[in-house]
Amino acid sequence: MIVERFADWIDERLGTAHFVHHALRKAFPDHWSFMLGEINMYAFVILVATGTFLALFFDPNTSKTIYHGPYWLLDGQQMSHAYESTLYLSFVVNGGLLLRQIHHWTALIFLAGIVVHMARIFLTGAFRKPREINWVLGIALFGVSMFEGFCGYSLPDDLLSGTGLRIADSVALSVPVIGAWLSFLLLGGNFPSQQMIPRLFVAHIFILPAVIAGLITVHLAIVWRQKHSQFPGPLRTEDNVVGSPMFPVYAVKSLALLAVIVFVVCALGATTQINPIWLWGPYDPWKASSPAQPDWYVGWLEGALRIAPPWAWHPFGRTIPSVFWPTVLLPAIVFGFLLLWPWIERAITRDHRSHQLLDRPREVPWRTALGAALLTFGFALTAAGSDDVQARYLHVSIVDIVHFYQAFTLGGPLLAFVVAYAAASELREKGGVRKAHRVSLKRNTRGGFEEDSVP
Amino acid sequence: MNRRELAIAFALFLTVIGSGGFIAAYATGGNTLYEGLGLGGAALGLCLAALGWAFWILPAEQVVDEIVTYPSPHDQRVAADLAIERGIEKISRPRLLLAMLGGALACFGAALLVPLRSLGPKLGDTLFHTAWRNGSVVVRDDGTPVKVSDLEVDSALLVFPHDAVEDAASQVTLVRVTESEAPQTHGYIAYSRVCTHAGCPVALYRAPDRQLLCPCHQSLFNVLADGAVVSGPADRALPRLPLVVGDDGVLRATGDFSSPVGPGFWEETGG
Ligand code: FES
Repeated sequence: MIVERFADWIDERLGTAHFVHHALRKAFPDHWSFMLGEINMYAFVILVATGTFLALFFDPNTSKTIYHGPYWLLDGQQMSHAYESTLYLSFVVNGGLLLRQIHHWTALIFLAGIVVHMARIFLTGAFRKPREINWVLGIALFGVSMFEGFCGYSLPDDLLSGTGLRIADSVALSVPVIGAWLSFLLLGGNFPSQQMIPRLFVAHIFILPAVIAGLITVHLAIVWRQKHSQFPGPLRTEDNVVGSPMFPVYAVKSLALLAVIVFVVCALGATTQINPIWLWGPYDPWKASSPAQPDWYVGWLEGALRIAPPWAWHPFGRTIPSVFWPTVLLPAIVFGFLLLWPWIERAITRDHRSHQLLDRPREVPWRTALGAALLTFGFALTAAGSDDVQARYLHVSIVDIVHFYQAFTLGGPLLAFVVAYAAASELREKGGVRKAHRVSLKRNTRGGFEEDSVP
Repeated sequence: MNRRELAIAFALFLTVIGSGGFIAAYATGGNTLYEGLGLGGAALGLCLAALGWAFWILPAEQVVDEIVTYPSPHDQRVAADLAIERGIEKISRPRLLLAMLGGALACFGAALLVPLRSLGPKLGDTLFHTAWRNGSVVVRDDGTPVKVSDLEVDSALLVFPHDAVEDAASQVTLVRVTESEAPQTHGYIAYSRVCTHAGCPVALYRAPDRQLLCPCHQSLFNVLADGAVVSGPADRALPRLPLVVGDDGVLRATGDFSSPVGPGFWEETGG
């Protein structure tokens, strides 16, 4: 057969037969939650493909032009070339709007997938030895991807993205000692500078994607090398991994996953408008719009900005503005905590063994409770990010709703911890009963079965 | 073909139809909805076919991989450690040269980092000053001067200095309150429009309360109390622009803001 002939041809040059055999028969554990990371891998592929198309039309130029194009509501308006080229690729380029919307939707799914994947890894203890490196790489991927998403969102130079950039600049400015220098280094001058969109463009289409691609490559290479972890089950031990073979079963399932993601983002891109920048209008630093929300993954920082108390601190007569605590210190603590978590947990449990078998979340109630608390914390901050809209719909004052979210952000995680702990403990009791009845059998020399003595 | 194979064939047929639909939509001018549904339908067909294939046609099989990759056997680890040790021993033979190598590499690295400096211009005092000076005429965004009779009480206006229209740092919100509330300037009061919280334009004037509202994080500033923060996350009053009304009825500034405008930063105070 032609494929085999090709494999032979390659093998005669590279000696790949052994690798190919092992790769094709590699075991992939069958559990839906193992697909979560894969979603992100495919989402990234879609992002690169659609993004490349968009980049060919986008013009990262902040100098002004007068718009004359098919979107007559903006006819005669002054705007940047960046904004105009985004209108152009949305309204004139065939397929442009579709790919732009697919790109944006996929980015949202990419980041959602990362968070859910992380939660899975956390709650099942998959970050434990020997997988700490991949946990750290995963956190790095999360951070870089958030940044990448924000850069992309900021490119079209519309009213919302410009406002977001202004806030981002104030975050850079708030850093003690080097803040002003940092802001100038990033923007190339006072906000709003001519260079900020070109720089974001280079970061968005070149630097950050390269970093993400590199991290994903190492992340996957390590998964490959270490093999998948697995939930406990028949035949499964601490030194093996049981699952479908890569080829053909797993490959076909994975193809189905890729196809369904493409289906979802195409359907969303076709039917559900996202970031219609022509409605926001071009960015002018003196214009404001309300309500204004960022993409969801930045929502927790937006919420933190809104509910943080107005505490400026003046050490040595200098200033640390209140923006510093929610947007620099808080993310630093959150990411630092996540990065160090495998070692923190080890310090608590004093468990230095390697783990191939995963915990079910209920089996370690305190870790599950902590995960629930962290997710609640993120949720509370994200919800606070749209407090003005909620205040309007609920007819309550903004001051009251800010107080509510301050309390929720602090109290909600505690409550979630207690509830999740109780629920997991309860489930563990019940699960324990079933576990006690599970026996493994082995064939004896007479051809019958007998209970295996489990070590 | 049995039932299952027929179902898969249908799914694959959907992919063919979807692809064709996409091409047709593209060729006839590019309707976003039809293009997307075509592509999506094609992908959906592929997904369904692959699922059918995986669960109906392929035999469910399990394989077991043993984990033998880590940690390496003892002798290999010893050999690796030894190789590292020997290498370090050899490379550090001429001690002095090794130290010099370290120094040279550090210098080279520093030299390579220097061009980063080109990314940002000198800070200077650009964060401390705006284009407002003594005598700057208060103008609208189309450049026309604002006269004392122009604004109704309880209204607000975006203004700039006459020689820096549309300069982001110099943008100002001019409001008019009653004569008695600001007697020297016929009721005109002007504040920097750049929020002291995170830099958004403080664009909304709530006339009944005499408050300026920033739409970004809802900081409220009191117009009658030198821009003091009423509520919200801003930690500093809005800088006020000193105004006079000339004999010609034109509004002018009598100087720059007394404090830096916009979001806070380290050097903002002291120094
Ligand atoms: S920027 Fe004005 S309240 Fe945050």
